[in-house]
Amino acid sequence: MANLRDIRRRIKSVKNTAQITRAMQLVAAAKMKKAQDQALGGRAYSKHLLQVLYDIRKNFRDELHPYLEHRPGNRELVLVISTDKGLCGAINTNLARKIQAQTSPQADFVTVGRKLRVLCEKLGRKVIADFTVRDPVPFGETRPIASFVGKQFLERNYDKVSIAFTNFYNTMRQEPKVVTLLPLQGHRPDEDQAFEMIGGGFSLEAHKSDPDRDYEFEPNPAEVLATILPLYLNYEVFQAHLEARASEHSARMVAMKSATDNAQKFIKELTLEYNKLRQGAITSELLEITTAMKAME
Amino acid sequence: MPLLLDIVTPERKVFSDSVDNVYLPGADGELGVLPQHAGLVTALQPGELRYLLNGKVVTLAIGSGFAEITQTHVVVLTDMALGEAEIDIAQAETAIQRAREELHGVDHSMDAEEVAFLQGVIAKSTVAINFKRKSQS
Repeated sequence: MANLRDIRRRIKSVKNTAQITRAMQLVAAAKMKKAQDQALGGRAYSKHLLQVLYDIRKNFRDELHPYLEHRPGNRELVLVISTDKGLCGAINTNLARKIQAQTSPQADFVTVGRKLRVLCEKLGRKVIADFTVRDPVPFGETRPIASFVGKQFLERNYDKVSIAFTNFYNTMRQEPKVVTLLPLQGHRPDEDQAFEMIGGGFSLEAHKSDPDRDYEFEPNPAEVLATILPLYLNYEVFQAHLEARASEHSARMVAMKSATDNAQKFIKELTLEYNKLRQGAITSELLEITTAMKAME
Repeated sequence: MPLLLDIVTPERKVFSDSVDNVYLPGADGELGVLPQHAGLVTALQPGELRYLLNGKVVTLAIGSGFAEITQTHVVVLTDMALGEAEIDIAQAETAIQRAREELHGVDHSMDAEEVAFLQGVIAKSTVAINFKRKSQS
């Protein structure tokens, strides 16, 4: 059993840890609020954008815009959005697992965030580019990422571009998600699934769309798509970053809160043990004195 | 017969309500929309958007984007939507100035998207300034 001084030292060190995790929890909480507001505010735009694309999808033809073109090959590029720092629970591990389950084993990667870039390199996967995005996410920094992956697709280096990120639901719940970005899915007669929504909230049942409704296009379908599809790419990539950031800060806040709670619990246990030992020491000291007195009589 | 108008920017939903009519700055010129309009998807250029709500005409300066029109709905997606009170001329002018300087620095043959983006910034800031000046005079 440990002696009194050892326990005192441990209590002190656990207290220090608790102080640090508490400070980190408060910082994460403040950032979380901002990131969540930004993510939720951006959803309306990306949701409406997808709804419009969904409404007009029967007018799409592969040759109308290069982003619609389905190619026979299966070279895949995955844009992975992870975090730069750790101490945010299991979100990076969960994302890595999801990527392994849902993307082709030969896929190449574009990474944002240090954590999964390091992992990709360790696993020997090819990382063709790496970006850093500040906090809070500025749109100007995600645009080059979107145009980079768009260019890779247009130059036929890859036949499919996916994006892997952690989708934000609420402070307690974040889930990894892999969404196909290019070519745009769900618009061919043989594909009856909806466009996959980044951020959630758009489901086919909720969006009542008349499949036989006809649309005119001004000036013409190709030009309208040439306006909408780059926006689609830019804003979906942007929204995925917002979701990932909101998830990261939420996960970190929760992880730091439970670390603080655990430390506090540990301090309580240690204090109890310390007091027991102290009492024991006093008792045995008294015992010794009385025995000595008895012996002298 | 109501016409539901939604104006959405990447930051927030600017407006969502029933209106009597909407005028949009379409790619081929101004476009008036009344309820029961035929389905239409159009690109938008920076300009003025007007709608009639409870007998009052409200005007907004909007950036580029696109709009989806159905019999009952108008959805406007744009990168800017400002009322007269929200426009800050000085701020818009610095935005133009900055975009011009950056436009000078980029290689036009290399980065077409960056050029398009900066030209978009200039166009929409110009629209905002003109709109503010017009409503003040």
